[in-house]
Amino acid sequence: MLQYTLRKLLHTGLVALGVVTLVFIALRASGDPAATMLPGDASVEELTALRRELGLDRPLHIQYARFLAGAVTGDFGTSFRHQQPALPLVLERLPATLELAFAALALAVAAALPLGIVAALRRGRLADVLAMGFAVVGQATPYFWMGIMLILVVSVELGWLPTSGRGGWEHIVLPAITLGTHFAASLARLTRTSMLEVLGQNYVTTARAKGLAERRVILVHALKNAAVPVVTLIGLQFGTLLGGAVVTETIFAWPGVGRLAVQSIFVRDYPVVQAGVLVLALTFVAINLFVDLLYGYLDPRIRTEVA
Amino acid sequence: MAVVAGRAGDILVVDVAPRRRRVPWPLVLPAIPVAIAVVAALLAPWIAPYSPTSGNLAARLRPPAWADGAVPGRLLGTDLLGRDLLSRLVWGARISLLIALSATLIGAAVGSLIGLVTGYYRGRVDRVLTKLIDIQLAFPFVLLAIAVIAVAGPSIPVLVVVLAIGAWVGHARIVRGLVLSLRERDYVQAAHALGAATPRILFRHLLPEILSLIIVLATFDVGRIIILESTLSFLGLGVQPPTPSWGSDLRDASTYVRQAWWTATFPGLAIMIVVLGLNLVGDALRDALDPRTVKPRGRT
Repeated sequence: MLQYTLRKLLHTGLVALGVVTLVFIALRASGDPAATMLPGDASVEELTALRRELGLDRPLHIQYARFLAGAVTGDFGTSFRHQQPALPLVLERLPATLELAFAALALAVAAALPLGIVAALRRGRLADVLAMGFAVVGQATPYFWMGIMLILVVSVELGWLPTSGRGGWEHIVLPAITLGTHFAASLARLTRTSMLEVLGQNYVTTARAKGLAERRVILVHALKNAAVPVVTLIGLQFGTLLGGAVVTETIFAWPGVGRLAVQSIFVRDYPVVQAGVLVLALTFVAINLFVDLLYGYLDPRIRTEVA
Repeated sequence: MAVVAGRAGDILVVDVAPRRRRVPWPLVLPAIPVAIAVVAALLAPWIAPYSPTSGNLAARLRPPAWADGAVPGRLLGTDLLGRDLLSRLVWGARISLLIALSATLIGAAVGSLIGLVTGYYRGRVDRVLTKLIDIQLAFPFVLLAIAVIAVAGPSIPVLVVVLAIGAWVGHARIVRGLVLSLRERDYVQAAHALGAATPRILFRHLLPEILSLIIVLATFDVGRIIILESTLSFLGLGVQPPTPSWGSDLRDASTYVRQAWWTATFPGLAIMIVVLGLNLVGDALRDALDPRTVKPRGRT
């Protein structure tokens, strides 16, 4: 397990370095940050001064080294709008984003597993058609539109839940549904396929032949084995949830990292955009590491696999 | 039914005339909304009843034709600036589909080419590529888009490039995996032994073998990219007003949705129905083209 952990840590370090490099390339290769930050009528002198201040007049490899050093030490510069270091500003909002992502994840799993299992057990019947109908429609619905429609119907027309902000449990219901539906849809489809595959296996027939209760056969013998690809998808898709959180936060005025990053683009608060994107991306890398280590723990065969 | 009749020592007489082909409904039905969107996109200037950008301020926020207070001729109602919603949807199809198709084509072409070459040659380039793909997949795509657009500024060409960057990885990964196994097949080895040049092996022998799969992947990609484009436009990072696009129309509508539900409902429905159609067409194509997903194990 130790060797496996070390290997995974090394791999994660490489990926993190790659992610930081990718952000550097995206932020530098796509334009001149100084020109983006200043208003349109800024003079050439102002532009040159800002470029010097940001270190953009240095050779590219020096800029990259500084960027890396900044990422390691957590120094992303000072936010123009808030007049304080960018990183604490972002980290302050990270719990709200994680809260939303985990709530969406919990909701998606709670909805998708029963749907997928029922669809597999009632294959071809009405329950299957309805569950998979929900899944294909859910996969085709954009997050943000679902959020707007939920606000319109549940908050404005029915007045059941608040439209925006963060507070008690009632504030997180609509954002979590918005963010979780798409994920629940793909999870339900995969659970169904995976269950169908497992239900045809010999050990399920054996379990039934032993006279075990059907409930036990389904929930213990079949589901446990069908869960492996499902758990893999949950791990892989968590990043999509963090990306989707950006959109969901914007609709529901949820005070998270994504909303901060998007707002900062419009006020040209470049250090905050940079810090926000990096923090979310590295959070995802860290979660992937955790999922990998969890696999190694759950399934000893994975540990001995050649890298 | 083909009736085959033969007499000894004679040529076979094959009667194919009465063969009746069954209509592939799982493919045709979902293709209908997609076809409607494509026709709307192509013929926008001729079929849109009004201009998508100039509004009539006297007819602001009018509801659809069947609701109280509607103005005649405005089938789906008007928006805050009195612009005809149906006309904006029709023109929006043009922008949204154009962006999605261009990004898919670029992403599929670049991704498949890289997948072909690295899968065939393997070696160091292949290892670097696999790492690159790992890194990009370790990165929520919306964040990458935000980083690029924050600096480059929102515009349609930037949007197409960013979306193509999001699309190439899937193609590269899957094509590479297929080529890795196909390159060991006898017919490829035979072509190699006969002295066929590598480009010939890649494009005349391997590419036709995987082309159907690339098409299936691309079908799903178009739908995925329509959603991504509308998402970025909704955030204000994509198509900019007054250019009509389904996502940017929803951005405007979300601010006054309480007064005018129709402005937010129809562009979203358009996205959902077209993407649903594309996904189902993709499913049907995959089932038809890939013998491994035939019925016995159940459709996913």
